[in-house]
Amino acid sequence: MRYALFLGCTTPARQMNYEQSSRAVAEALGVEFIDLPFGCCGFPLEPLDRVRALAMAAQNLRIAAEEGLDIVALCSACAESLVKARWLLSREEGVLRRVNRVLKGELGVEYGGETPRVLHYARMLHEEVGLERIREAVERPLEGLRVAVHYGCHYMRPSEVYEGFEDPERPRSLDELVEATGAESVDYPGKMECCGGALLAMSERIAREMAAGKLRRLSDLGVDALILICPFCAIMYDRYQTLILEEGRVPVLYYPQLLGLALGLKPEELGFDLNAVSVEGLLEKVGAR
Amino acid sequence: MFVDVGEFDARFLRKLKGEFDESHLACFQCGVCSASCPVIGIEAGFNPRRLVKMARLGLKRLTLSSEYIWLCSMCFLCGERCPQGVRIPEVMTALRNLAVEEGYIPEPMKRIRRLLSEAGRLYPIDDFTAEERTDRGLPQIEAEPGFVKRLTGAKP
Ligand code: SF4
Ligand code: SF4
Repeated sequence: MRYALFLGCTTPARQMNYEQSSRAVAEALGVEFIDLPFGCCGFPLEPLDRVRALAMAAQNLRIAAEEGLDIVALCSACAESLVKARWLLSREEGVLRRVNRVLKGELGVEYGGETPRVLHYARMLHEEVGLERIREAVERPLEGLRVAVHYGCHYMRPSEVYEGFEDPERPRSLDELVEATGAESVDYPGKMECCGGALLAMSERIAREMAAGKLRRLSDLGVDALILICPFCAIMYDRYQTLILEEGRVPVLYYPQLLGLALGLKPEELGFDLNAVSVEGLLEKVGAR
Repeated sequence: MFVDVGEFDARFLRKLKGEFDESHLACFQCGVCSASCPVIGIEAGFNPRRLVKMARLGLKRLTLSSEYIWLCSMCFLCGERCPQGVRIPEVMTALRNLAVEEGYIPEPMKRIRRLLSEAGRLYPIDDFTAEERTDRGLPQIEAEPGFVKRLTGAKP
C-alpha cells in the first residue's frame, strides 16, 4: 500500500504529534507514504473565492496524479476539500471551465479529470488496511479503557460528495477502529457536535463556546480520553481545553496515538509531549509508562 | 431587525443563481436548518433559514453586509437534513464570495488571503519549526509552495 501523504497547513506546523503518530503507525502496519510538493487544499480560501479554492485543490490532485498515487489526508477539512473538488469538477462543466481558466492563467496547466482517490487517514485504515489486520497487529490490547470518539464534520459530510461512505449522522468507522484496539467506545450525548474550529478566525468566542459544551459533558462522564482525527478539532478540544476546564480535564488523543499505544509503540514515537492536556495518567493506565 | 423588501436587487439574484447551484430556490422556509444549527444556541442572531430567505428576496445590501454570513461553521448538518435539498453551506459560501466582490471583507479573511498569497501557508514553516521537524524525524517540506501564492491571487 502506497499513498501520497497530504499534510495540509496546520498539522506539519502546529500539530506535529498527529503527523508523527500517523507516520509511525503507518510504518508499523506496512503502509508506505510518499511526500509530494503539495500546498494548501483550498479550504481557507473558499469563503473568499470559491473558484480559486477549487483551482488549488485541483492542482494538488494533479500533483498526485502525475505520480500515479492516491492521496491520504490527515486533516478532515483537507480531505473534504479535495474530495469535493474531484466530485464537482467531474460533474459541473461550467465550474471546470472556470477553474481551468484560473489554472491556465496562473500556472499554465489544466485539470483534465485526473482522479486520484482521496481518503482520510482513518478511512484508509478502515477500508484499506482493515479491522482484521489491525486487530492482529495489536500487541498491547487497551482493555479497560473507556473513550469517547469525535468524528468531526468534514470526515463524512457533505455526504453527497462522499458518495455513500459512512452515514452522515450515525457513522461507525471510528468507533470500530477504536474497538479494534481493545478499548471501549462509549456513546454520549452530543457525539456529532461540531468543534467550532472553522469559526476560530472569525469569532474565538463562538468557537470556544461550541467546544466547551462537549468538553464539560465528557468531563462529567469521566471518560479516559477523547479520540479524534482532525487538527482543527484537536486545537479546539485539546489546546482550548486548558482555557475551558480548570479541573476534570479529559486527555485528547489522535486516533493514531491510541492505535500506536496498542501496537506497542513507545510514547516518544507518538509525539505525546505535544499534547496540551496531560496524558500521563492514561499512559500509566495502559502500561506504557 | 426591520427588513425593507423594497431593496430587491434583480442582478444580485441572477448572479446568485448563475454563480452557484440553484438549490436555494427550493427553500420553503420550514426552519429545519435553523433547528439543526450548532451556532444558533450561542449566537441567537445567526439564523440560516433567515439568511436563505433574505438572499431569495434579493436583498443584496442587507445580506452581503451582514456579519452573520460569516458565522456559519460549515458543519453541513443543515444541508444533510433540509427536506428541499438546499445546500445551505454552499449558499453561505456563495454569499461570502459575493460579499467579497462587493468589498465586504472581514479583517480575519483579509489576513488569510495575505498569508496564503505572501507565504503560501496559513502556518509558516519557519526555521524554528523546521528544526523541530528534524528533531522529531519528520521530513522537510516545501516552506512556501509557489502555486498556492499564485492561485490565491493578490486581490485586496
Ligand atoms: S431546511 Fe431547507 S427548506 Fe427548510 S428553511 Fe432551511 S433551507 Fe429552507
Ligand atoms: S452548516 Fe452552518 S448554517 Fe448549517 S447547521 Fe452548520 S453552522 Fe449552521
